[in-house]
Parts: sequence; structure tokens; C-alpha cells
Amino acid sequence: MAAVATCGTGVGKTGSMVMAGSKNNVTGFQRRGPRASGSDSSYSRLVSIAGTRPSVRNGQLLVSTGLPALDQLLGGGLAVGTVLLIEEDKYNIYSSLLFKYFLAEGIVNGHTLLVASAKEDPADILQELPAPLLDDNGKKDFDEDVCNHKTSESNIKMKIAWRYQLLPKMEAISSSRFGHYYDVSKKMPQELIEASKVHGFFFPEKSSSTPNIEPCSLTHGYIKLLQFIQNIIYEEGFDGSNPQKKQKNILRIGIQNLGSPLWGDDICCTENCDNSHSLTKFLYVLRGLLRTSLSACVITMPTHLIQNKAIIARVTNLSDTVVGLESFIGSERETNPLYKDYHGLIHIRQIPRLNNLIYDVSDVKDLAFKLKRKLFTIEVRENF
Amino acid sequence: GKLTLLCDANTDGSFLVHHFLSFYLKANCKVCFVALIQSFSHYNIVGQKLGVSLTAARECGQLVFLEGLKSSVDVFFRTQAEPHPLQFLRSANAENLQPLYEFVREALKPADDGEAAWRCPVLLVDDLSVLLSLGMGAVAVLDFIHYCRATVCWEWKGNIVALVHDSGDTEDEENNILLNGLSHQSHLILQAEGLATGFCRDVHGQLRILWRTPSQPTAQRDRSLTYQYKIQDKSVSFFAKGMSPAVL
Repeated sequence: MAAVATCGTGVGKTGSMVMAGSKNNVTGFQRRGPRASGSDSSYSRLVSIAGTRPSVRNGQLLVSTGLPALDQLLGGGLAVGTVLLIEEDKYNIYSSLLFKYFLAEGIVNGHTLLVASAKEDPADILQELPAPLLDDNGKKDFDEDVCNHKTSESNIKMKIAWRYQLLPKMEAISSSRFGHYYDVSKKMPQELIEASKVHGFFFPEKSSSTPNIEPCSLTHGYIKLLQFIQNIIYEEGFDGSNPQKKQKNILRIGIQNLGSPLWGDDICCTENCDNSHSLTKFLYVLRGLLRTSLSACVITMPTHLIQNKAIIARVTNLSDTVVGLESFIGSERETNPLYKDYHGLIHIRQIPRLNNLIYDVSDVKDLAFKLKRKLFTIEVRENF
Repeated sequence: GKLTLLCDANTDGSFLVHHFLSFYLKANCKVCFVALIQSFSHYNIVGQKLGVSLTAARECGQLVFLEGLKSSVDVFFRTQAEPHPLQFLRSANAENLQPLYEFVREALKPADDGEAAWRCPVLLVDDLSVLLSLGMGAVAVLDFIHYCRATVCWEWKGNIVALVHDSGDTEDEENNILLNGLSHQSHLILQAEGLATGFCRDVHGQLRILWRTPSQPTAQRDRSLTYQYKIQDKSVSFFAKGMSPAVL
């Protein structure tokens, strides 16, 4: 996957005992000799990046999607270097919520964010992120939510919340837990947003300049977005090309409403579209960029609008993880007594087999979700 | 020289690709692997579980690996001096896959001194359906396979193994054309499909094996066999239909 190449630049060129700056070294002092610095830099490589953990299945580096219930279904989290495609529900309510959870998780963990949208200004999206539940007060209300929860992860949740009672309130940036809970009724504190590094791509602003790649059947919007992403990855060293970085970090890329007409793509408009390969090519090159860098991407796509079913199949094959949301709003299921406890269904359509012949797949395919103020639960549909 | 077609419908047939890769490497053949879907390290790690080391094979020249994902970034963002096998990514309407064919030809060409360090050349492609997603027409992909067959299978007596996704009931016409065209040309078809009854933990799917003789279309009936399989960490276990150890 991502080739994490550290290079030992800290060897003192002149003197013997050099008090080197703490770029790759664990200790302040550094003895003369290239071999010492080599082992030091490899030690610092083992120091893990905040907000990630290795998968128990195949050692793959995982980041949280912002929703611990979804992390569990995906085998522990979202693998670094892969794409999570969320098929939007009809009115784009819950999928944009999942999108925001992903970004909020990035801010809480101190990851760099890249938010791309053709509909909303990324700055506005950031203002609407839910607040993380990290402090004491959250735990009390949390308990009553937990009592209603029927699965066994409730015990784990209470235990985790306990540990963070002791942390001061604004230590959220260095929170070392994997996967947090968010309160959708409150907004993310402004200090946290400002402390994080966010790159925004708002397509209407960038559409005026011409791209410097010759037209290759990709729509204008996609070419600009790819260049933007590649630029960020290269300049900030997420692909290991810039060895001066002192602390490795993850780039979380969130792309909203990909494939919608606002990006200039017409696959949602007609069945026989002119540039039917635009989206698939974009996904392919994007995946190529992700595989060679320390980044993870979440894309929401209005697949229910795509007229050509073949394109949906191709898009699914080109993404690593695919999750579909189906909300009950506006459908006949809303008033159906069988579904009264839930807000919608969640379909895990595809999970990647990375570095392995097999994958972690849960036994149950009938999953429904329900959104409470502080908890987004995914449960097995109990009453049939 | 044989063309083996792998296709998967409703399930993931990549275990077949891993199998053939390790099989041919262990058999000491020269392999050209056009890997368009996953990265090199993915195949390497799975290969190690199956008993081959791709890095060692690549270093000694037995394996020529075209890593599609990584090369696509190079091709797309930087103008290349000489033609690149994945050049069609940059062009608006690429006509054919000739650069890719040239790459394969160059990779599998037998050594000039006449001494064969390796046994027959093998071309492995994972997978061809992705080429359709990247803007090539079904006819262009079929032409590419035809050229490769003429060179690798007929001239150099090698084998070709290619994976194509079967789109099932989604009306992907281009994919169906490609699949049908290749089915008629291949000697062996391995079709992995999910169980008709849905997901099962103990039986991951069903594998249908079909032996064909494309040169004599009207002659004897083709042989076919069906097995069900379960994929494990380092191998795949096959059993006859209904004979899964979980059931018995």
C-alpha cells in the first residue's frame, strides 16, 4: 500500500556529538555515524500516526470513518489508501451526515482534510460538523442512549468514555482513541476547526481557469479536482516525496455528490451520455493517487440518479468499499409498523480484500440504522 | 498455447488470478502481469501466502509487472517522452491498445541468444473489464487480446490468462460483447459465481469449469464440471455441490 519511506537526514555532518533537532530522532543527542541515525529514523517510523491502527486481519493501516458502528462492519475501519463510496439516500440526508462524521473524525484526530464539493462551500460544510463527545457531561446523557442499545458493544463504549473523563476539555486534538461519537445537535467548536488544516475545493470557484492537461474525455471538473488533489499530496508530502516532514499524517479526502450535474457530468441526466467514461476514469486515477500516498477518501455519489446501470456496476468495481444508504423518508416504509424503530437501511455492498484472499465480512446482511441525537446506530433488523 | 478465461459474476474472482500467478511462477515460466486493479504489494503479500515471492521473481527477470494504478498517476500528470502502455488514459478517444501490446511483446519476447532461461511465456491480465471503464471500446480490447494471442499463444507457444467481470443482469453491453467474444476464443473457462441462494459463510461460491476446443466448434461436446468452494487464508478448498464440510 502506501510506501512510507523515512530517510535519515539527521546525521550531523560536522561534529561528533550533535544535538540534532528532533526531526527523525527519538533522543536529543545523536552520535556520529550514519548507522545510528538509520536505526533512529526507522524507530520513529514505527511510532504510529494519530488516529490510525493496524487491522487485526492483515496489518493494514486503518482510520476510523467517524462512526464506530460502521467501522465494525467494515472490519475495523477504513484502510488507508482506499476509497469508501457511499451511495446516497434519496434526499441526501444521512449520506451527508456520514460525510460530516468522516470529516469531524479527521479534525478530532488532527488529520489534514481535503473537502471537495460542487454544491456547498467547504467552509460552510466545516461549520456544520457535529461536536465530538469527549467530556464528562456527554457521558451522562450517553449512558441513557447506551441502555437502549442492544448489542454487546455498549459495554465497550462505556469503558472508553470513562477514560476520557480525565482529559482536559480542549485536548481533543491529541485524542488517541480510535473512533469517536458525535452530537449532531451541537456544532464542532470553532477552536478545533481553526486548529486543523483544511484544503477546500469548491468547484464553481475553480472552474474558470483552464486545466493544463489536454482534454482526455474527463470533464473539466474532474480534471481540476484531480490536479488539486495531486498537488496537495505532492506538496505536503503524503506520498513520501517530501522527506522534511517531521510527523507523518493522514490526508482525509471527502468528495461530495460526485457524478452530479453540478460537476459538469451528465450521467445523472441521460442514459446515453457523451462522456460516460469520465467518472470511471476519474475514480481509477484517484485510486492510483490514493494507493501511493497516506490518504483515505470518502465519496458520496447519487447513484439513484444515474440512469445507466452499467456505469453503477463499473463504479462499484472501481471502488474499494461501497456502502449504500436507503432512508425511509418519503417511502411507504415510513409508516410501516415493522420499520418504526429505524430511519433507514444500510447495505454493505462491497468490502475489499486487501493483501489477503479473504476478508472480514459480517454474517448479517439485514442492517438498519437509526439516528439519535448522540448516536448513529446500525443494528440487525430485529422484527422481520 | 492456450487462452484461459476467468470470469466472475456476483462475486470476487481474484483468488483465481492469485492462483494462476503463483502457479506459473512456480512452474518456472516467464510471466508478464498486467495488474490494473490492485497494487504490487497486494499481489506480493498474497503471493507469499501462496508460496511465491513476487519481488524475487521481478528482480531476477522472471516477472514483468505493469502496475496500472501507479503508472496511471505518472501517465496522467506528467507528459511522457516515449509511448507508455497506458497512454490511452491521456487521450480523448484512444483508438486501440497498441502501446500496451508493444509492452507485452517486449516483455515476453524470447531471449536472442536462443537459450531459454524460463519455460513458456505467460500473459496474465487483471482485469480486462477495467479497460472498458477507462474508455476503450470492447472491440479494441478484443483486438488487443487477438494480437496477444497471435504472438504469445501461436508464435511463442505461451499461455494467456485474463479475468473479465460478468456483469450479470446490469445491461453492460460492452462488457457482454467482450465476454462473449472471449468465451468463443478460449480453451478453458473458469466461471466463479456467487450462490444463487445468497450469501453463505461456509460456501463462498461456485466454480464452473468448461473445457472447449475453439478450433472445432461443431465437434465433440465440451466438458464441464462444477465445484463449490470456500476461500481460506492460504488456499481455497473445493468440494462437490452440496458436500460442504459444514453441511455434512
